Amino acid sequence: MAEEITQSQKPSKPLVWNDPVYRALFFQVLVLGGVISLGYILVSNTLINLERQGIASGFGFLRGTAGFSILMTLIDYSEEDSYFWAFVVSLLNTLLVAGIGIFFATILGFFIGVCRLSSNWMLSKIAAVYIETLRNIPLLLQIFFWYFGVLRGLPSPGNSISILDSYFLNIRGLYSPSPIFEDGFDLILWAIFAAFVGIFCIFRWARKRQQETGQQFPVFFSSFGLMIGLPLIATVFAGFPLSWEYPVLKGFNFTGGFVIIPELVALSLALSLYTASFIAEIVRAGILAISRGQTEASYALGLQTWPTLRLVVIPQALRVIIPPLTNQYLNLTKNSSLAAAIAYPDLVLVFAGTVLMQTGQAVEIIAITMAVYLAISLVISAFMNWYNKKMALVES
Amino acid sequence: MSQNGKAIGLLQWIKSNLFSSYLNTFLTVISIWIVYISVPPVIQWALLDANWIGSSRDDCTKEGACWVYIGFWFKQIMYGRYPETEVWRVNVSYALLVGALIPLFITGFKHKSLLTLFLLFVYPIISYFLFIGDSFGLPLVETSLWGGLFLTLVISLVGIVASLPIGIMLALGRRSNMPIISALSIGFIEIWRGVPLITVLFMSSVMFPLFLPEGMNFDKLIRALVGVMLFSAAYIAEVVRGGLQAVPKGQIEAAEALGMSYWNTMGLIVMPQALKMVIPGIVNSFIALFKDTTLVLTIGLFDLLGTIQIIGTNADWLGFHIEGYVFTAFIFWTFCFGMSRYSMNLEKKLHTGH
Repeated sequence: MAEEITQSQKPSKPLVWNDPVYRALFFQVLVLGGVISLGYILVSNTLINLERQGIASGFGFLRGTAGFSILMTLIDYSEEDSYFWAFVVSLLNTLLVAGIGIFFATILGFFIGVCRLSSNWMLSKIAAVYIETLRNIPLLLQIFFWYFGVLRGLPSPGNSISILDSYFLNIRGLYSPSPIFEDGFDLILWAIFAAFVGIFCIFRWARKRQQETGQQFPVFFSSFGLMIGLPLIATVFAGFPLSWEYPVLKGFNFTGGFVIIPELVALSLALSLYTASFIAEIVRAGILAISRGQTEASYALGLQTWPTLRLVVIPQALRVIIPPLTNQYLNLTKNSSLAAAIAYPDLVLVFAGTVLMQTGQAVEIIAITMAVYLAISLVISAFMNWYNKKMALVES
Repeated sequence: MSQNGKAIGLLQWIKSNLFSSYLNTFLTVISIWIVYISVPPVIQWALLDANWIGSSRDDCTKEGACWVYIGFWFKQIMYGRYPETEVWRVNVSYALLVGALIPLFITGFKHKSLLTLFLLFVYPIISYFLFIGDSFGLPLVETSLWGGLFLTLVISLVGIVASLPIGIMLALGRRSNMPIISALSIGFIEIWRGVPLITVLFMSSVMFPLFLPEGMNFDKLIRALVGVMLFSAAYIAEVVRGGLQAVPKGQIEAAEALGMSYWNTMGLIVMPQALKMVIPGIVNSFIALFKDTTLVLTIGLFDLLGTIQIIGTNADWLGFHIEGYVFTAFIFWTFCFGMSRYSMNLEKKLHTGH
């Protein structure tokens, strides 16, 4: 009797088509086969169509002469440079506008987020109106508003608004004096580098000292002093090696100095204001996520408002704020591609616009453009993953 | 507005919220000053000094906004270049949509799932035939004539509805135990989330024709819709993934203990719970997509913003950019703010259920 039960209770091997392992393998092979054949069809169609239209393939086009000028370049560029150089110039423009946008959006966003949490009813409501208005209007519309609506109202070069007789604001841009670096400037750069090294050392030393003896060291003020003082001393020693070239109105235009084009201003303004409204909400959520008990305990220990914020609330709030914040930075970088709509020479307009129209090699160009944005996304995501791991709450 | 259970009066409220300390008083004064320099001039320009009635540019005599401009071009702003005699077809479709959506908001309504199925499957087909025509006796209206708010709604609604099934599949694929499927899903999601929508639109308008066999031609709108759909699917996949992670593992284990297959488990147990939880997230994705449809102007489709831009270049009506932008901003703001309020309400409602 017992043997019969044991015999029938032995687990039987399932039939091949019911075995989960084989089924999984089958499905994966099927899906992979489907993807590969789809890819094959697309690639062969593309090659046939490219040949039919007489468009070249491969990346050799990068060596071709550009033949067009770019409105704003951070490094030297002329029409005889290659397409690759145009790519580099436009990439730098994209990084510039993204950097400016991130900087101002963060400052403004944090400020408005804190205002939103203020106990002052009026301030809180004004911040709420700002956030709700700018979040619900498309970014492209905001860019158009600043560029076509506001900046077009600026006067012509002859009637420029002048500030301190050195900055001139008109419809062609903001003309500013450019610095001329004379011989002794290297010393100042070395001084700045030494200041950074010094601040880093002070940081490490102060933290070690606090852990051993409990004494706090005014790190902020000493770093500030070092950052200002060392370069200042170097400037005096080198004999003030900095002079300025002022923009001067000659005929209908300005020469000398450098110009900040209105496209850059409109784009940075719109990007900063728009992203700041999202960052404000993130900051607000981060600070609200810290339980009130933390603040109360901190007050009970005798800490005042500012040290409580600095030592208790903000470090914990940052843990909640930083992941969505890096997501917003990513969005800002991707949104900077909207520059194409107002002719700011960023990566999309110059490379995926002009160069694509001239060479016709759509596949390579769009692939490179997407790869650049993907690379930026992956770098920022990797940083965020590293930060998350570092700050993760270790449950003991 | 009460402290210690006692009701406090208006003066007391003002004193504690606005003037409780020197810093607070200072901030209140600055805030009042900000409101003073920004709100009255705007009201003056937009409402008090504005021109409302008229039929041509000469009727804009006062210094404020010239809303005659908007009134004159209203048909284009709403429908693009859709022929005036056929506009009733678009209106019928709008009415059908609103009529089908309203019962979904009434809490006691019994046939919500039937209505949802109608909206997702039957309504698109009806609308397709209404908009394009060329059948049932309706004349053909080419997609190049579609524009304005109509085109914005078409792109965003089709984008979201079509990307939902793809997004759900991708989310399931990402969480799958099969390495190839999860690798392909992760690759797809990360690639489409890492690139800006403008490059996706460029790709769809420039590269898609190269992918197709010779002679096959796709409408520009269809190409843009496919690009938007794939882009949106990646974001929906991440939203749905959040919902899937929130379903307790015990549900899946109980279903397996009952002998349910993978698809039965997903379809009958997991998905209803997960999707219900992420409806606010999906509404947020829809709001983002609605705002992003403005980008189609870079590939030559004239949605609401594109139409306003084109109107602004009309020789008879130069110089009214600001009115156009303000009106467009108002329309977008109404839609997006309304939807985000709804989504917040929904989130509150769903949380109390758990």
